[in-house]
Amino acid sequence: MTRPIAGGSGGAAGVEAALPHPGTSRPARVERVLENERLLATILLAPTVLLLGVFIAYPFVMGVWLSLSSTSVGNPGEFVGFKNFVKAWDDSIFQMAFRNTFFYTFWATIFKLVLGMWLALLLNRHFRGKRIVRAAMLLPFIVPTVLSTFAWRWMFDPTFSVLNWMLFKGGFIVTKLPFLSDGAWAMWCAIVINTWRGMPFFAITLLAGLQTINPDLHEAASLDGANGWKRFWHVTWPLLKPVTIVVVVFSIIQTFADFQLIYVLTGGGPANSTHLLATYAYQLGVATGLLGEGAAVSLFMFPVLFAVVWIQLRYLRRLEGA
Amino acid sequence: MNTSKPEDTPLSHTQVARRTFLKTAGVAAAAATGIEGILAARRAPAFAQGTKLHIVRWNDFIPEADAWLKKEGMPEASKALGAEVTLETIGFNDLQPRITAAVQSGAGADIFMLYYNWPHLYANSLVDVSDVANAVAKEQGGFYGVFEPSMKVGGKWLGMPHSIVGNAIAYRKSWFKEVGFSEFPRTWDELRKATAALKKKGKPYGQTLGHTFGDAPTWAYPLLWSFGGAETDKSGKKVAVNSKGTVDSVKYMTALWKEGSDEGGLAWDDSNNNRAFHAGDISATLNGASIYIVAKRQKDKLKDEKGEPLYLDIDHALFPLAGAVGQFPLYFSNGHGVMKYSKNQKLAKDLLRWIHKKENFEKWFQVSEGYSVAPTTEWEKHAMWDKIDKPLQMFRTAARKTRIFGYAGPSTAKSTEVYSKYIVVDMYANAASGKMKPEEAVKWAEGELKKIYEA
Repeated sequence: MTRPIAGGSGGAAGVEAALPHPGTSRPARVERVLENERLLATILLAPTVLLLGVFIAYPFVMGVWLSLSSTSVGNPGEFVGFKNFVKAWDDSIFQMAFRNTFFYTFWATIFKLVLGMWLALLLNRHFRGKRIVRAAMLLPFIVPTVLSTFAWRWMFDPTFSVLNWMLFKGGFIVTKLPFLSDGAWAMWCAIVINTWRGMPFFAITLLAGLQTINPDLHEAASLDGANGWKRFWHVTWPLLKPVTIVVVVFSIIQTFADFQLIYVLTGGGPANSTHLLATYAYQLGVATGLLGEGAAVSLFMFPVLFAVVWIQLRYLRRLEGA
Repeated sequence: MNTSKPEDTPLSHTQVARRTFLKTAGVAAAAATGIEGILAARRAPAFAQGTKLHIVRWNDFIPEADAWLKKEGMPEASKALGAEVTLETIGFNDLQPRITAAVQSGAGADIFMLYYNWPHLYANSLVDVSDVANAVAKEQGGFYGVFEPSMKVGGKWLGMPHSIVGNAIAYRKSWFKEVGFSEFPRTWDELRKATAALKKKGKPYGQTLGHTFGDAPTWAYPLLWSFGGAETDKSGKKVAVNSKGTVDSVKYMTALWKEGSDEGGLAWDDSNNNRAFHAGDISATLNGASIYIVAKRQKDKLKDEKGEPLYLDIDHALFPLAGAVGQFPLYFSNGHGVMKYSKNQKLAKDLLRWIHKKENFEKWFQVSEGYSVAPTTEWEKHAMWDKIDKPLQMFRTAARKTRIFGYAGPSTAKSTEVYSKYIVVDMYANAASGKMKPEEAVKWAEGELKKIYEA
């Protein structure tokens, strides 16, 4: 006896052979349950919903509640409305951290995009040792951020910087460069490290996108007399745009909420010059025990990130519709 | 037929089970006499078999002190208390995240090390240890003055004072001699002159003004206080930082920074100055005794420019210096807190009693060689002080005049907020780096302090 499986095409793949075996009542019940599409969908989605609920929704709701309360460590606190947000907005350290977060995210993302694209185009070519280079390129992305930032901190160390030593020995400088001891320099150092760490993600994703582009298109453009730049601008870039948008959005989200790099590199100093929203929220919530105020500072990230994701989704939908 | 099991039968006075007797007697003895009774009875109290106690402390800057605790101290305590005591040491900056996570989840170590005035921060989560603290204070000459505002909250000891890490300026004797100072400068003005001369020779003064919990505040707060500055008035409710004393101290810092200091110090953490000093890059720095102790313990490795052991050229000078309105240091006061969520609160208190029992504390105290000073005054008389090297002897009385942040008001969670946000440190950093004029830096700090103290 055969019968089609629900949703099956009715062909060979969609036909199930019923095996005669004793005690078929339970499997039959299970089958009936599984044939109910709504129930099956619920069962299959339940673990994901549970995970999202426990690890995403619950912390988020807790974060919102904390930001609206006077909770501190060991003290449940009470509802205070938007007081924590108003206090943060009026706080000069918060204002600096807010500006820094935008500056850091903007420049780090630009550098990662430009350098990542350049690297992806290079790696898309055929040369000897291509696989080794591709694997090696991923190293900054694989090494734990804390470890790699420690290494960079040593390189930028105010006293023992190997970079200063090389520049001095090479006759390029006469006094040490203030890599981490000057606020502006420290911020650019952080951007450099973030770029170094995040560039492989851009490169490998864009490379995957490049490899989906049909070489015939480039050949045709070449035959029509298009040079390298024109081929990139008129063939590669339009086809790579959807992938690029997704990568840029992911990067903005990660960079905007960056914590480890700054925490290890400068701790937000000197004089708050490198504080980001995440590091300042940590300082308030953990070091000072003001969990409500810390949550409010971190929630300032939410509307910005929400806007970024919304713009991305709209753009992608428009591309799909085009 | 009697079907009852032996333990179901009511016990007569002749039928008391041995285990029950030991348990009852042990608990009664411990309750009545505390650790004294336990030790006098030469028998571990009858805590449930397999009882574990977890204590978390920092990684000591003197590794030998941790080694003693792990290899000898805690195993001995385990035997004495009849429980398995586990000591975990973590980075000094990792303690607060651990405490916060433990308090919020209601689970974690039974005892945490507490710095400065943290009992104010975690007041709702700490057990009153006044019985332990009062007994130790009574027996050992009383605690140093800094502990009461730091670890006593609402009249209760919520932190058990454990030790003070005194600090002083470690300096190179020969280098200061080269610029005309056979002794370390006694006044702020002399320090400025000496360091200016040394910086010209490529041997600047080394000081952090970075976001680091130890050496930056222990420099900045005493500088403020010694020039007559204060965060608030005595009530702690009115900000008083914008004063002539504060402005003078910021002007002094700015001049010292440009003329005599390693300007990379804006990015230093608590270990940079140790490394810079040992490498011969700086002539002096404010630190605990660890620079000297490490130089001595690694005398074959750490040498001066003549090839002699570096420690022979190191001495310590009192900080803060004279010449302003007074000399008021901020030392690193440490204690232990028993957590309210702990199921072994009594055992935890017994461990604190064991730690502070003279013969036990003495062993740890001697290993520290003056880096950590005891919390009570009686230890100033200990014979160790006469045996250790002269440069370390100044730490003997170092803890007497130390203050805690929040001055001139009480030390509260608000003063911890100011400390945690590095507002006082950044006031100096903003001026020293040239980002703000001294008056502007003070005004900025005043604005930030008002949002905290006057809100």
